[in-house]
Amino acid sequence: MATITVERKPLSFLERTYIPNIVAGLTTTFKRMIKPTETLQYPEQRPAIPLGYRGVPTLVNDPHGREKCVSCQLCEFVCPPKAIRITPGEIADDEPNAHVEKRPKAFEIDMLRCIYCGLCQEVCPEEAIFLQNQYSMTGFTRAEMVNDKDRLYELGGTLPDQHYKWDKKKSAAEAASHGGHH
Amino acid sequence: MIAAPKPDLVTVNIDGVDISVPKGTNVIEAAKLLQKDVPHYCYHPKLSVAGNCRMCMIEMGTPAFDPATKAPVTDPATGKQKINWIPRPQIGCGTTVSPGLHVKTSSSMVKDAREGVMEFLLINHPLDCPICDQAGECKLQEQATGYGRGYSRFIEEKNVKPKRTQLGPRVTLDDERCILCSRCVRFSKEIANDDVLGFVDRGSYSTLTCHPGKKLENNYSLNTVDICPVGALTSTDFRFKMRVWFLKQTNTVDIESSVGVNAVVWSREGTIYRLTPRRNDEVNDTWMPDSGRILYKQVAATDRLTAVKLNGSDTSLDIALHAAAALLKAGSVSIVGSGRASVEEQFLLKQLATATGAQGHLVARTASGDKLLISADRNPNVRGALVTGLISQLPCAELKQLSRDIDEGKIKTVVSHGEDLHAAGLTAALLAKVAVIYIGTHANATSAAANIILPTLHTFEKAGTFVNQQFRIQKFYAAVPAPQGATNDLVVLAKLVASTGTHTPASEVHALWPAIAAAVPALATMLYKNIPDTGLLLDATPWVGLPFVEGETLHYKPAAAIAAEAARS
Repeated sequence: MATITVERKPLSFLERTYIPNIVAGLTTTFKRMIKPTETLQYPEQRPAIPLGYRGVPTLVNDPHGREKCVSCQLCEFVCPPKAIRITPGEIADDEPNAHVEKRPKAFEIDMLRCIYCGLCQEVCPEEAIFLQNQYSMTGFTRAEMVNDKDRLYELGGTLPDQHYKWDKKKSAAEAASHGGHH
Repeated sequence: MIAAPKPDLVTVNIDGVDISVPKGTNVIEAAKLLQKDVPHYCYHPKLSVAGNCRMCMIEMGTPAFDPATKAPVTDPATGKQKINWIPRPQIGCGTTVSPGLHVKTSSSMVKDAREGVMEFLLINHPLDCPICDQAGECKLQEQATGYGRGYSRFIEEKNVKPKRTQLGPRVTLDDERCILCSRCVRFSKEIANDDVLGFVDRGSYSTLTCHPGKKLENNYSLNTVDICPVGALTSTDFRFKMRVWFLKQTNTVDIESSVGVNAVVWSREGTIYRLTPRRNDEVNDTWMPDSGRILYKQVAATDRLTAVKLNGSDTSLDIALHAAAALLKAGSVSIVGSGRASVEEQFLLKQLATATGAQGHLVARTASGDKLLISADRNPNVRGALVTGLISQLPCAELKQLSRDIDEGKIKTVVSHGEDLHAAGLTAALLAKVAVIYIGTHANATSAAANIILPTLHTFEKAGTFVNQQFRIQKFYAAVPAPQGATNDLVVLAKLVASTGTHTPASEVHALWPAIAAAVPALATMLYKNIPDTGLLLDATPWVGLPFVEGETLHYKPAAAIAAEAARS
């Protein structure tokens, strides 16, 4: 390969004194000393989370305390890194939510696999899984990084519900048994 | 131009394509031959036509003839015979083909009709898909993607009907999901001959229910679950176990009797979740007994043998095989094969018998047949043992000759391939007189008494073939991996044959078949890979005189019945 020799321009007098550069540099320094600080003292200080942020996936209860997940396993199916693992189970006939029939017996999300894509939230027909504001997951072992069902509900808490689909279903059944619409 | 039809064939024109179909075919089946799907719910190829779901609407027309002269009317625009199209859609399932029939399966009128039917069906259908086991294989879901409108114009309340009804020990009914197609009613009446299902009430009150005081508990009840196009009838055993879209399907053959019902194993990650029938019009149509469907539970049973044992203590396969070889070389060996083993295993066992000079035995397993899909012979592969030459006579339930031989001290070693010798009439005292090599899957009295235990694989864990009562050779494939500690039967048998010093046979199905084809005259022309999934009929002439125990079942008549019929006519 050919070598191109580039002629270096000689420095001017001012440049040789370094004074303009030192002044410019110190100006920036003094400006920053006066301006309010941008640095967050993480983890004591936390950033504000913007709307629509995709944090750790969680399971939520509806405002009446019913677990919303019915273990349809669509999130397990859609999950690109296969981070979700659900064992479906039946709700016994003597339980208050027996009319929902189905709920997860176990629900695990492997946060070492999760890529925070949000497809699980998008696909959920029951609006039971949400990527909420939590973004920091740490652990000493791989097992610790797998969120089980209890942990997922603890992280998720309760979110408002627009439909109350299953409550409507139950009241329709009750109305029918009392001679309403069959 | 419509080509001249062959005898008993009718030429029809479907969406502009001429096709010759057998007389009596309906439009749905004719369209299927052209890979054109006519959506339907109530129609089932093996049941009578009810025509109540109205989903299979098609447009049809017949060639025009002049009423006075009976001469064909020519359409001046095309120069062909004019077609008189019926101005309203007709149902495809109830329309039998007639010569020159013209059918449109995807015209705008047809599409409108289907969309109308879908809207009516979905009006009262609950939004249960997330909790419904049928999701993923639901015809209503499938057609809703094609013909649904995506939102509902129905603002009234949906019907409320009984949910979670136990129709019988194995079937759960959800009446809200039922679209009243009556497939299950017709199946119970026509196929299972147990007419317990029916509709009560009228209009939107119509409800599927069992006859009061009766239950849907016949041994074919789970077929109603298979044919239910929606999630109204679901299997109680499979309820909420796994979504069907995760399950891998592997073809297999029902192992409970010599009918050889074609089936599919549904598994995920090495766990089997259910068995369903596979259509074979020559064997089982689309049906399967319930008793065959629970056999997958044997795979994960707690009494599975998973440790190679030599005189009661764990050892490695090589050491156990070495000890077995020493016993076999000592002579005075008897071999008890199994009617539950595959043709390939019986072939290797025959080679082992030849190499050790042993006589091959088989244990018969009989019970009364149900005249449908369970025959009197409860071994799936007795005919395989005849074909491979492992036995020359039909087996008995008790090994009387072997008991005598052991009693007289003629036999020193008994090799049992999966058969419980104790149940076959060999007493503990007799078994104590001989060394027992047990090659099998589950613990039993024989494995408890065995000197050497070689754990092997269940049918669902290995590939092979069975020969059913019609002498039809049928393939099955490995659906799930073997449990740790168990070895493929073919590997164990091939090593045993090799240890006798004659030759080393292949221990894998495909590799073994050339040897089988060369050695077994009835299988001379075939290879494992060439056997179609619906099986291949073998020439049964050499065994036609044997007194087989099977009575008449679906698609099978015993030779005696055929002879009697021939004599009558």
